[in-house]
Amino acid sequence: MTDIDQLQADLLAAIAGAPGLEGLEACRVHALGKQGVVTGLLKTLGGMSPDERQVQGPRIQALRTAVTDAIADRKAMMERAGLEARLATETLDLSLPTGGIGGGSVHPVSQVMDELAEIFADLGFAVATGPEIEDDWHNFTALNIPDAHPARAMHDTFYFDKADGEGRKMLLRTHTSPVQIRTMVTTPPPIRIIAPGRTYRSDSDATHTPMFHQVEGLVIDKGITLGHLKWTLETFVKAFFERDDIVLRQRPSYFPFTEPSVEIDVGYTLIKGKRVIGGTEPDGWMEILGSGMVHPKVIAACGLDPAVWQGFAFGCGIDRLAMLKYGMDDLRAFFDGDLRWLRHYGFAALDVPTLSGGVGA
Amino acid sequence: MKFTLSWLKEHLDTQADAATVADALTRVGLEVEGVSNPADVLKPFVIAKVLSAAPHPQADKLQVLSVDAGNGPMQVVCGAPNARAGLTGIFGPPGATVPGSGMTLKVAAIRGVESNGMMCSFRELELGEDHDGIVELPGDAPVGTAYVDYAGLDDPLFDVSVTPNRQDCMGVRGIARDLAAFGLGTLRPLAQVYRMEPLEPVAGDGPAPEVRTDDPEGCPAFFAQAVSGVTNGAAPAWMAQKLKAIGQKPISLLVDITNFVSIDLGRPLHVYDRARLSGPLVARRARDGEEVVALNGKTYTLDASITVIADDAQVHDIAGIMGGAHSGVSETTTDVLIECAYFDPDHIALAGQKLGLTSDARQRFERGVDPAFLDDGLAIATKLVLDHCGGTPSAITRAGEPPLTPRVIAYHPRRVTELGGLHVAAERQARILLSLGFSIGAITSPDAYSDALFATIEGAWPVTVPSWRRDVDGPADLVEEVIRIVGLEHVPATPLPRAEGVARPTATPEQRIERKTRRTAAARGFAEAVTWSFLSHKEAAPFGGGAWVLANPISEDLKVMRPSLIPGLARAAQRNRDRGERSVRLFELGRRYLADAERATLTVLIAGEAEGRGWRHGKARPADAYDAKAEALAILAAAGAPVERLQLVGPGDETWHPGRSGKLGLGPKLILATFGELHPETLKALDVEGPVVAAELYLDAIPARRESGRARPAFAPPALQAVRRDFAFLAPADLAADALTRVIAGADKQAIVEVSLFDVFTGAGVPEGQKSLAIEVLLQPGEKSFTEADLKAIADKVVAAAAKLGAVLRG
Repeated sequence: MTDIDQLQADLLAAIAGAPGLEGLEACRVHALGKQGVVTGLLKTLGGMSPDERQVQGPRIQALRTAVTDAIADRKAMMERAGLEARLATETLDLSLPTGGIGGGSVHPVSQVMDELAEIFADLGFAVATGPEIEDDWHNFTALNIPDAHPARAMHDTFYFDKADGEGRKMLLRTHTSPVQIRTMVTTPPPIRIIAPGRTYRSDSDATHTPMFHQVEGLVIDKGITLGHLKWTLETFVKAFFERDDIVLRQRPSYFPFTEPSVEIDVGYTLIKGKRVIGGTEPDGWMEILGSGMVHPKVIAACGLDPAVWQGFAFGCGIDRLAMLKYGMDDLRAFFDGDLRWLRHYGFAALDVPTLSGGVGA
Repeated sequence: MKFTLSWLKEHLDTQADAATVADALTRVGLEVEGVSNPADVLKPFVIAKVLSAAPHPQADKLQVLSVDAGNGPMQVVCGAPNARAGLTGIFGPPGATVPGSGMTLKVAAIRGVESNGMMCSFRELELGEDHDGIVELPGDAPVGTAYVDYAGLDDPLFDVSVTPNRQDCMGVRGIARDLAAFGLGTLRPLAQVYRMEPLEPVAGDGPAPEVRTDDPEGCPAFFAQAVSGVTNGAAPAWMAQKLKAIGQKPISLLVDITNFVSIDLGRPLHVYDRARLSGPLVARRARDGEEVVALNGKTYTLDASITVIADDAQVHDIAGIMGGAHSGVSETTTDVLIECAYFDPDHIALAGQKLGLTSDARQRFERGVDPAFLDDGLAIATKLVLDHCGGTPSAITRAGEPPLTPRVIAYHPRRVTELGGLHVAAERQARILLSLGFSIGAITSPDAYSDALFATIEGAWPVTVPSWRRDVDGPADLVEEVIRIVGLEHVPATPLPRAEGVARPTATPEQRIERKTRRTAAARGFAEAVTWSFLSHKEAAPFGGGAWVLANPISEDLKVMRPSLIPGLARAAQRNRDRGERSVRLFELGRRYLADAERATLTVLIAGEAEGRGWRHGKARPADAYDAKAEALAILAAAGAPVERLQLVGPGDETWHPGRSGKLGLGPKLILATFGELHPETLKALDVEGPVVAAELYLDAIPARRESGRARPAFAPPALQAVRRDFAFLAPADLAADALTRVIAGADKQAIVEVSLFDVFTGAGVPEGQKSLAIEVLLQPGEKSFTEADLKAIADKVVAAAAKLGAVLRG
């Protein structure tokens, strides 16, 4: 073993045995510092003959490389051990609760209105609105509801002690149908709208509240028939309840503002004693919609020629649609603002009904 | 409208069973509310004879009977005082359920004596009120026969909801006519039904009763016939049974006759006791304040809009609604006057609504009775009185004229296809209309139809509407008649024409704002509530009161249209807090009802804690005005409002805490929101505990965004790094922080791109009456980096600007 080999062995042993970063630094200074032994050997190269340098040069360079690498390796090892030791002390109890405000919710009535808007947008229906404080012409007269009709009575309709500029009595709309009138008066056909909103009747018991929500639909065009009405309602009900096996039953009925008038029942299946909408062989029927071909007198009242324009209208309770789809059984709870109920039946902010994502949540 | 299957079959010749009839009723538009058969529960009860009766060994009030119910003697214990040997009654065997008690009978020992069933009373069988003892049937009643068969109770009962347009279906006959048209059977001729062939007025010889109408508007026609020498006994069994089956209690023969005709033919009548009348009976308007005691025992105060029937002395009838008690018939009545009148439907409806009085008569007159049926109706009534009460008829008085002008509609059968979307052959249509009572030109009945006659009608059909169908007045009505009889299920579903391409967006800008703000509020932890649109006066008062007050509210609590969404939310929040919720975050998106308009509004409300207690930050933090401000800004930003330009404009109005509320506006006129703490007086008026903070966002005030295409301007970030500099100022304690940040932002509009306040401090080191405000300014270099001299110059400008507001750089 030459002295250089010996030196290398000694130096590597010292590096491996250095107790800490300071000891390692001392090793580095001892070997590679300005006065270091390896540095000293390197300096001797200048005084050698070319032949000698040819022999010693590589050996000394190899020594330097070996020592430099060993120091770097040893240093990296020490640093990693130090980091690991530090991290070992840095623990958190991550089982602690992070709290924060829980998510809010969207009311089922709003959610269902958004669902309706989405479904009917695909069928080309825009969403129309109108005032809730109406006059009796828009709410009754234009809809062919005669003066003596019981719906006009004080025990059915909320009135104000006010009249508008034309002497029409002011009231709270009893249905969304006046939006039909306002739309036909202001918009040239063809018309396809739905009109969701608050409606009011002087009624309060287990299944009626003085305020509730309805959606109205109206199509006015040329050549619209009961067949279009049937298709539209079937298409809507299937899309809304997200089932294809829904059967509708149509019954002749009476509304002053449609002729012919058709009441729509939806078939339900009894599952564990509960009525579930759908089933090709229904166990029974539930009324969900009133509809019909818009009465020629209503079309004429809006300034359109009933010999040219005809169409259909329908109306149904939004609260009831929500109950049938999402399973609430008490209408009064809709308007109580009970957080427990709102959390239970409400919808997440980002449950936005879309055609691609689905209109149910 | 209730009727039984056997009653229907008096008019309709059909073999149809109850299920078939119910299905047909639904299909033609007569909604079946229920079909029931009282016989279903009574089937096990049989006629039995008591063979012997002996005292019960253990009980004084009981007897031990031997009963034969068709299978030989059986021992039955019975407590009825009238139980005795030889009595024929109704026996309930073991296994039968007694309707009145719901109890199922079984063989049992009663006080130690075995009893094999029960002898029943009418009340126990729910066949009447009689409970004095067990039923006593005539001695010849067949032992062992089911009682329901013997009594003819096996008769399904229909309950049909008749829509307000169908005057004709307020009588069994009208329903039978619809079903006949549907094809369920043949309508029997009316004369045959009443065994009056031919059906014509009953001739009388006495002087015609003195009646007239002084109110041709309310009572166009008043027909009357008197019968003298009647005996008002009990109704014949067939009539009593029909009335009982539909839940009407037989009263007396004369009354029952009017009730029967009313239900059978939809033709209400009234019978007066002539002994109680003085002078002629006149249809006239009531005098304001005039009173009458009606047959229901109640006194009604009338006015001049209400038609009455009166004699010289008093009012005897609220016309078409309810008779008076004074001249009502009794057992002692011998001379009667039968009224068969036509009252104007609208008059009856309005009078009934005004008096709050409903009756079978009103239901029929307000729909409209058949104006062509006065003579027939009177004839049938008189005939029934003569047949069952005896007596001698007078001549007939016919005062006034019923409205009989026939309506003729020009009808193209193609309208069924054009409006109904269903092709129905012309001949089929004609037959349907004829069977419903319509005439087509010269063809006036289904029997009169012939192809040859039909062929003579060209172009539009002249269709004459029957006198009992005042609801039919146009071709659309005829389309409905045809389609409801053919069946709506045959109308083919036809897709609406679809616009080319994908569905186009339909939401208006207002609707988009509503959707975005609603879901932003929900995402920020608020639960959406829907509260009443109406409030009490007390709740509305702190909000300036309501502009719209209901004249006929359900209650004082639901009377005033809300001027704000806060009361409803605050009350809901309080109810939640009463249930133990510590932090209530609610919002509502709805309308405020102001004098000039209904305004779309979103209100968020926090009651109680804004932040609950926690291990990271310690105690709970009650909600404060800053929470409300943060929500207002966040939701306005989501709505697309230019929040960076919003200014704080004074405190809210008297609803709000004067020092802890503010309005956010784009200038003092265009206010987008009010936020803050509610005034303690507001809390008191709403009866809610603080803290309650809210932000009311006026969605209709948010300026519309200018649409300039979808593409955004080019992305051009500044080339050089921005520089931050902090400043701390001592400022007067009442200086608004945003006034300071605003002047600083204006100090060098080129360089200063952002000013933010990051600390507010009062206390040690800050002189009394002052506060320390620490502000960070973000400086953006343009072409070249700032030099020290540039930065110094900007800092000087900042300090100088602040000085204008009395703020001094802290040393």
